[in-house]
Amino acid sequence: MTDIRLEAISKHYGAVRAADSVDLAVAQGEFVTILGPSGSGKTTLLSLIAGLSQPSAGRILIGGRDVTASPPQQRNVGLVFQSYALFPHMSVFDNVAFPLRVRNTTADVVGDRVMAALELVQLHGMAQRRPAQLSGGQQQRVALARAFVFEPDILLLDEPLGALDRKLREELQVELKQLQRRLGVTTILVTHDQEEALSLSDRVMVLDGGQVQQIAAPQEAYLRPANRFVADFLGIANFIALPDGREAVVRPERIRLEASGGRDAIVAEAVYLGQIIRYHLTAGEDKFVAAAPFVGRPHAIGDHVSLTWDAADVWPVA
Amino acid sequence: MAKPIAERRQGVGFITPLLVLMLAAFNLPILYMLTLGFWSKEGGFTFEHYAQLLDTPIYLRVLANTMRVSLVATLVNVAIGYPLAYWMRGLSPRAQFIAVSLVIVPFWISILVRTYAWIVVLGNNGMVNRLLLWSGMVDTPVSFLYNELGVMIGMANVLLPFLVLPLFAAMLRIDDRLMQAAASMGAPNHTIFLKVFLPLTLPALAAGTLLVFILCLGFYVTPAILGGGKVTMISNLLDILINQIPRWEQASAVSTLLLIVTLAIFAGYRALDRKVGT
Repeated sequence: MTDIRLEAISKHYGAVRAADSVDLAVAQGEFVTILGPSGSGKTTLLSLIAGLSQPSAGRILIGGRDVTASPPQQRNVGLVFQSYALFPHMSVFDNVAFPLRVRNTTADVVGDRVMAALELVQLHGMAQRRPAQLSGGQQQRVALARAFVFEPDILLLDEPLGALDRKLREELQVELKQLQRRLGVTTILVTHDQEEALSLSDRVMVLDGGQVQQIAAPQEAYLRPANRFVADFLGIANFIALPDGREAVVRPERIRLEASGGRDAIVAEAVYLGQIIRYHLTAGEDKFVAAAPFVGRPHAIGDHVSLTWDAADVWPVA
Repeated sequence: MAKPIAERRQGVGFITPLLVLMLAAFNLPILYMLTLGFWSKEGGFTFEHYAQLLDTPIYLRVLANTMRVSLVATLVNVAIGYPLAYWMRGLSPRAQFIAVSLVIVPFWISILVRTYAWIVVLGNNGMVNRLLLWSGMVDTPVSFLYNELGVMIGMANVLLPFLVLPLFAAMLRIDDRLMQAAASMGAPNHTIFLKVFLPLTLPALAAGTLLVFILCLGFYVTPAILGGGKVTMISNLLDILINQIPRWEQASAVSTLLLIVTLAIFAGYRALDRKVGT
């Protein structure tokens, strides 16, 4: 278990810059999420770290060792794909045992460690099943067990929960976080789901067009986005003009709907989301989105309200 | 979902013509062929043709010969076809299209033309021999033709697409990420091939091999031309029994034996397939 450094990593496919001089330092035991829309180069970065492809320029260091030119076999990386990539012709046990057996581990040790790994992902009763006999969530757990059973230096997760339905995804997010903490393994997760990024990681790296937009703790990136793209990508953003002509962002939950004293607006839509209610508001030419806990009597469409916010909640983005 | 009986009966009406055609044009002749072997010249039931099969060494020898030539031709096919399909899998989609076309194009050319083409290539005065003589690797022309070698080369050539195409399709279906995952887990390349890639292609390889072998058993044109009448396979024997010394009953008995052997091989494959599949 160890740290990862990307130094000015670039990957070009012809004229396309899938990764453009990306720098990233992930500390030992840290959980970093690479977040970006599809085509942002996030999966490219992951495959470069795993050694599945070679960078056009730059260096990759794992635990201080330059692995830029090393094949994937020599990087000691646990890899989990969105499609699970379980070996369909092997049982769950044999799948998880695979990385141990290629290391010539004795059968006793293989048995113990595979069962311990399956225990951790709550699948100890399924060892003899084939992957096709498992649900999507179970298959993803097997893929996880297979990725950490050989105690890799780092864990790389490529949209690992993307193929699962929402409820299962949220359950597995919690499990994944707990597992990562327990194993203390340096982890990089790639996703386009901002909620997943914010809930799982110690830090997020927001990527667009192969370029780093911001690297920060989740709350920092959410409340103090580096630019308009980050503000927009990490949830709903209200953009307002500052007196000095700059643009600033206010998050929906920071906007209060009051009787007077702020900016006049009309409720255009009220969306009930369970825990909260989201208001879409029009204030002259401008549109706002506000979110409030769903307690008491909500505002109705057409209500005249006044929008207020604290100066501390306004963050200039450009 | 179970449909009402009346509705199901309606469906039968539509396929009846096809059923009748199959029965009359395909199954009845086979049945007639099978019964011929039990028909004595004087009329009535007899086992004498089958007894003759076992008594006359030539029949069993030709059967063994057919098996051996077919087996070797099939193995040659696998030895060439598997690496070829594997290589094609790694090509760009554009190159794959060209490669698949090159494999399929011979299909469009008559088997007779292709077989005679081998005479041009492999004959004593053919391209291969001239190249060998010119390079000084041999002093006298190598006899590729009118022996088992020529027959095997010709058969392997004709049947290659039957193996390569299903194998290539199966290989294309294998997700690259399986091999990438195996590599990240530290498996050396030969282990990835042996433990991950090869097992996933085995069902298609087994099916393709079986198909090629069964097709080999019934080959007629290639042994007739490239074997120069010296390499006798079952089909050539049948030709003699039917066209030269008309002995239809004996031909029927030989055909029945071939059919039984083929079915036995197929049954063996199915049993193996089911055992591996579970």
